[in-house]
Amino acid sequence: MTTDVQRLTVVTGADDAGKRLRRKVLSVLAHIVLVGISIIMLYPLLWMLAASFRPENEIFSSTSLIPSSISLDSYFRGWNGLRVSFGTFFLNSFTISILSVAGNLAACSVTAFAFARLEFKGRGFWFALMLGTLMLPYQVTLIPQYVLFLNLGWVNSFLPLVVPKFLASDAFFIFLMVQFFRGIPKELDEAAMMDGCGPWRIYRKIMLPLSLPVLATAAVFTFIWTWDDFFGPLIYLSDQRTYTVTLGLRTFVDSSAESDWGGLFAMSILSLVPIFVFFLFFQRLLIEGIATTGMKR
Amino acid sequence: MAVDNTLPASGATSRPAAAPASWWSRFWAQNGSGYLFLLPWLIGFFCLTIGPALISLYLSFTDFDLLTQPDWVGAANYERIFTSDPKFVQSMKVTLFFVLFSVPLKLVFALAVAMLLNKGMKGLPIYRAVFYLPSLLGASVAIAVLWRKLFAGDGLVNHLLAYIGITGPSWISNPRYSLWTLIILAIWQFGSPMIIFLAGLRQIPNDMYEAASLDGASRWRQFVKITVPLLTPVIFFNAVIQTIDAFKSFTPAFIISSGTGNPINSTLFYTLYLYQEAFGFFRMGYASALAWVLLAIIAIFTAFSFLTSRYWVHYDD
Repeated sequence: MTTDVQRLTVVTGADDAGKRLRRKVLSVLAHIVLVGISIIMLYPLLWMLAASFRPENEIFSSTSLIPSSISLDSYFRGWNGLRVSFGTFFLNSFTISILSVAGNLAACSVTAFAFARLEFKGRGFWFALMLGTLMLPYQVTLIPQYVLFLNLGWVNSFLPLVVPKFLASDAFFIFLMVQFFRGIPKELDEAAMMDGCGPWRIYRKIMLPLSLPVLATAAVFTFIWTWDDFFGPLIYLSDQRTYTVTLGLRTFVDSSAESDWGGLFAMSILSLVPIFVFFLFFQRLLIEGIATTGMKR
Repeated sequence: MAVDNTLPASGATSRPAAAPASWWSRFWAQNGSGYLFLLPWLIGFFCLTIGPALISLYLSFTDFDLLTQPDWVGAANYERIFTSDPKFVQSMKVTLFFVLFSVPLKLVFALAVAMLLNKGMKGLPIYRAVFYLPSLLGASVAIAVLWRKLFAGDGLVNHLLAYIGITGPSWISNPRYSLWTLIILAIWQFGSPMIIFLAGLRQIPNDMYEAASLDGASRWRQFVKITVPLLTPVIFFNAVIQTIDAFKSFTPAFIISSGTGNPINSTLFYTLYLYQEAFGFFRMGYASALAWVLLAIIAIFTAFSFLTSRYWVHYDD
């Protein structure tokens, strides 16, 4: 009996050890593969970062990630590489992005509040239409919108890029907020209504303070998407003083790029900095936003 | 928002209506606050969405050129698109090729890496962050600029290939490879579908695998018989989102080809062609027709995938 038990433990012990070894080897292999993929993924980015600090003559002779000497020349050259300095482009991009965030937060949240909490005739009908607009490719409304803004005299200003945000044109965020608002217990509004609160106060004092996570998600994604937006500025902004960073880069790459890659890389790196900062500070929020809602990026 | 606290409360109970209330005042008492809150969206919906969409449908039957009044031309634009426009055919080919290669490759890669990460890997947050970063940055002009320089004749890729004795061509100016550089850029952004896959994999109960391995099922069999079927809703979701996105892709092709779609139209994405027609040649009527064809293609594709999904997507009962 005792021997049997002993044998059993010995056998399972050996088996366990074998399994553990196998698992260990597999896990090391998996790490090697993952590290390899990570290197391939990051190499181009890090190479561009390194290239932006290299003296101009070294940029393409080197595939390494550590510049032999650090020079900020490319940054100074790139900053003033076009007729208008990149400082203006950055300021324009920031202005448009901040206003877009404000517009999306204000307009999408009141709309979502109406859909999630207020009773009115036709709510289901409008809600279905709102979801329908999610499927509509922007090309379908593009040309009449352009003609409208042209006739309003808004072309070459930020208005065509910002005003739609204040009219809740990003149906995706309305949907996201409706989902979140529905999860807030209804008893809270009912109690507030008993105390004589109107819908506006319920929205301001109950809904908004309880919805900070979804508001933050909407704010971060709106900022990043607006910052990255290329098509809107391309259509509406043609005066270089109104350019965003994306348009500045495009002009740079098409005009002087063949002679000044360093400047181009330096400005490209700078244009990624705000997104990277959001990535560092809001990584959890971004990843959860994608995992739960399937946002495209 | 210029709405204040004096809004009529929803729910007519709070204020007894005046005796001979008109239809309108009764309607307003019950629905007014809802519509006030909806007002910004309603204005946007009529002025920026449904109004322009209907006008664009009308323009697609005209020869509108932005400067002169649009003249009705019947179905001439659509006729030209489907019978005698080689550039439409080319842009459709380019777009479909891009969709057919970039989406499956990206999803296979995303799923493979998600599977590797799912097994309680140490350092998961770091890997996840590293793989997600390109997805976040990838849509920016800066990355398209980088790609244009990576795959140029004297770009980084060829410098690396030179180490193993290969003299690479200028990838972006060779029509045989130019579209592939864009497909690689799309695959490089596999991070966000990977995160969605990871969330899906976590939903699969571990005891299913334990039961299967007690029954002697191999890893591969477990993958085919448990993981894939239970993951089909997530696969379906990712495939639809990524495909619609790929159809609408614009910026990388624009930057890499300086807006031309060259070499010899090998990167002429559908959206790029539409942009050229509308804002390069100001053939706005024709571009409107192109936009409606795009809507139809996306709608047909979406309907098709939802219809076929019931044969291969397993939802919990």
